[in-house]
Order: sequence, then C-alpha cells, then structure tokens
Amino acid sequence: MTNAVQMRTFQFRIYRYDPDQDAKPYMQDISVECDPMDKKLLDAMVKLKAKDDSIAFRRSCREGVCGSDAMNINGKNGLACLTDLSTFPAGKPIVLRPLPGLPVIRDLIVDMTQFFKQYHSITPYLINNDPPPQHERLQSLEDREELNGLYECILCACCSTACPSFWWNPDKFVGPAGLLAAYRFIADTRDQATSERLDNLEDPYRLFRCHTIMNCVDVCPKGLNPTKAIGKIKEMMVRRAV
Amino acid sequence: MKRLVVGAHYGLMDWLAQRVTAIFMAVYTLIMFAATLGGAASSREAWHALMANGFIRYLTFLFIISLCYHAWVGVRDIWMDYVQPAAIRVTLHVLTLFALVGYAGWAVQIIWRL
Repeated sequence: MTNAVQMRTFQFRIYRYDPDQDAKPYMQDISVECDPMDKKLLDAMVKLKAKDDSIAFRRSCREGVCGSDAMNINGKNGLACLTDLSTFPAGKPIVLRPLPGLPVIRDLIVDMTQFFKQYHSITPYLINNDPPPQHERLQSLEDREELNGLYECILCACCSTACPSFWWNPDKFVGPAGLLAAYRFIADTRDQATSERLDNLEDPYRLFRCHTIMNCVDVCPKGLNPTKAIGKIKEMMVRRAV
Repeated sequence: MKRLVVGAHYGLMDWLAQRVTAIFMAVYTLIMFAATLGGAASSREAWHALMANGFIRYLTFLFIISLCYHAWVGVRDIWMDYVQPAAIRVTLHVLTLFALVGYAGWAVQIIWRL
C-alpha cells in the first residue's frame, strides 16, 4: 500500500557569486520539490544542494545551536535551520542572500573575520585572579539570573550584520553581538575586571555608535536583546561616573 | 596603510547630555504650548510680556543651550557614522561647532533684546 505524499515545490532566488569565475554577483532562479518531512528552510536547501552542488552555504548542527547557516532570508537575517518552510507564502520565490555588510567568500558564505575580531576585542572569557576553589566558583541564584538572555548567544552574526552602525563602522564599532557578550562578563559577579571592561568600551565608536535602531533585537534567532544589554552597559557607566 | 586606532575614552557624558537635554526641551515645549493656549501668542504685547518674564527667560536660555548641545551630539554622530576620512570629519566637526555656537549667541541676543 502506498501513501499519497503531498509534495510542495518551492521557488528560490539565490545570490550566486564565485570570485574565481564570476565578474559580479547574480541571482539564480531555481526550484526544489519538498515532501512533508521537510520542515525547515535548511531541509529544502539541502535538497537544493543535491540538485545543484555548485551552491555554497554553511551549515552544521541543523538545530539552531551552531549558528553556521545564518543568511538573509527574504530581506531579514535568520537561521535557515530555524525558519519554518510553512511560513513562506506560496507563489513567491524565497530570496536568499548572504549576511549583509561582510565580504562574500562564495555564494551565501561570508568572511566573518571582522565580526570575530570585534568579539575577541571584549575579552570574552572570565577574568578572576583568585586561586580557583576546589570545585567551582559558585553564584547566588539572583546573580546567576542576570546572565539569562546573555549566555545563550551562538555568534551567528545575524544581529551585527543587520545593524546599520556595524555596516558603516565594522572596524570600530563592537556591534550588538560583541556588546551582548561584553555585558555577559560585566554582569558576571565572578568576574573581577568589570572596570577595565567598562574602560575598554567607553569610546564614541566602540560603544556609542549604537543608536538604538534595534534591528539586532528584531532578527536575533535566539530571541535575545542586545539593545537592552547595551543600555545596561551605559547605565553602569553612568553609575560609575556620577 | 594607517593603523586603526580606537579608545578615545569619551562619549558617556555626551550620550547622557543628549538624553537630559531632550527631556528638558520636551518639558519646555509643553510649558510654551500651555502658555500659548493661555493666550500668550494672542498679541505682540502678550508675547512680549511672556518673554520678558525672568523665569521664562531663564528657561528659554537653557532651551537654546540644550538645543545646541543636543544638535552638536546628534550632528557629530552623523559625521562619525558616515564620514570616513578623518581630515574631512574634523573639518565638519569644527564647522558644526562654529555654526552652533554662533546660533546660540545670536538666539540669546534676540531673546534678551525683547
């Protein structure tokens, strides 16, 4: 006995650019047939890759943990593995572009060097010069609570590459992802470098290029709020200064 | 190639001042709106009497200074966002400062002449 499987065809318009072969980028129209088991955009893209293996994109965990498959989906940054195929309206092509503002290596793959350079600039690790206790450095429940909404960031770069300030000054503005990570350590009661961290950020470019545009909050696939974290950094600076 | 440098260690006071001046200007606008509803703009004499009031002069002076400081931070932010060459940026900063300080003096002179 065979079950009638309802197939659905998805139209795609995909940004293509291979610097070794193409003089300039172009958009490729391609369609793919998906069965009901294909739930997420990434499922369709894997089928697309089987159909035309020249299409290049990053993906790994396929469940929103690794952050590899961040891309611009119908004009909005997001993770392909977390985007439901059912949310796309029928009859309209799904437009896929690389994350905006970063150099394109090939097709949907971007060079994240600048993004990670900013992330590394905020010393994204705990600084505590006390000798480590036998087991672990404990926090109270209230102190631990402060880290919620901060530690979950997967560094997919959806937020920073949606931020106009990061587009204009990617070399000088830390960007929402870096600032969220900075606040994650500023807020950590086990960290002893709070004042140095605030010094590191107190700069018209590194922190104060944020104009509260909130594109970062709009696109974060993990539902985090970098704008709020940036506001808390500013609040701490004010409390330190006045 | 010139090396990139960041770390000027300022910005907090400007950011804070921009917010404080915004709140002050909003309150001033409400006061002037209320005064207008109360008939302060019905004739030149009524307007003159309002602006001759010492407290209103004090607030208006603060308003002009607030507006210029607020505009300085805002316009400087625009230059910092979009103008990459430092020489052009510093020129624009200086021109903006000259314009705003000149406007502030001019506006104060007009108010205090009333």
